[in-house]
Amino acid sequence: MPQQNPDKFVIGGREFTSRLMVGTGKYASMEQMVRAIEVSGAEIITVAVRRVNISDRSKESLLDHIDLKKYTLLPNTAGCYTADDAIRTCRLAREAGLSDFVKLEVLGDEKTLFPDNEELLKAATVLVKEGFTVLPYTSDDPIVCKKLEDIGCAAVMPLGAPIGSGLGIRNPYNIRIIMDTVKVPVIVDAGVGTASDAAIAMELGCDGILMNTGIAGARDPIAMAEAMNLAVRAGRLAYLAGRIPRKLYATASSPIEGIIA
Amino acid sequence: MSLEIVVNGESRTTPPLSVLDYLRSLEIDPARVAVELNMDILPKGEYASTLLKQGDQLEIVHFVGGG
Repeated sequence: MPQQNPDKFVIGGREFTSRLMVGTGKYASMEQMVRAIEVSGAEIITVAVRRVNISDRSKESLLDHIDLKKYTLLPNTAGCYTADDAIRTCRLAREAGLSDFVKLEVLGDEKTLFPDNEELLKAATVLVKEGFTVLPYTSDDPIVCKKLEDIGCAAVMPLGAPIGSGLGIRNPYNIRIIMDTVKVPVIVDAGVGTASDAAIAMELGCDGILMNTGIAGARDPIAMAEAMNLAVRAGRLAYLAGRIPRKLYATASSPIEGIIA
Repeated sequence: MSLEIVVNGESRTTPPLSVLDYLRSLEIDPARVAVELNMDILPKGEYASTLLKQGDQLEIVHFVGGG
């Protein structure tokens, strides 16, 4: 991004430069994860909340590897299928992390991992009242996104495609309608498979993208992290630059006058 | 005297310790976890002053990799 136009990304009253948010799951090693996050340029990283293994304390702790001065943690409620479980997880996350940012997801079924929007709205209502900065993972449904905004969520995070599917942005028209419908940031969460998917989402005018598997599952996650970093920035710049309209027929780039024949 | 408590779904026995000392006995850094005592969040500031009682249910969670 040009220095004179920092194009800040504000979420929950906090300013960020990078519009790419990344997950910390599915990496081959902690070292690979740390390097990939660094190369991605992300400032917000998602983490999951799980029971400590009290019988075997030999396992490394994630936070031993993450510089908390450099990154904002965004704990998720992955694996929660009811509003009550998601609320309980968020309360634990706030106590563990001392920040009120949460990625709220309430899943509907194990096969699709699609959100249960009814439970999501219930959970969001309670969490906003308790002072959480709620970033909800939701269907690409403008009506649900509007309800989430009205409840007081700090952003809406519609899926591009099912979690971990790598299918890209399946319904760009819905994403555009969502952007027209809500004033809070729109962050595409889930479905990005490769760099062009990320660029397409950003060219649509999305405020940011959250991804995990697209980077962690690549053959070379560190190289893919760099590709995603560039794609998000390229897509954002292209959106701000304003693309040319699509036309069916050609328009010559060189002048018509002075042709020698 | 020892107490029977349930920690992360497992039955355990422990001397009557504070939550802080119990975490230390498990080699858990109190700064890195969150604790629920009988389904309610236990604020970090209360770990030292809260004594475990017979039948207590503890949940001890931390952050792991996730998306």
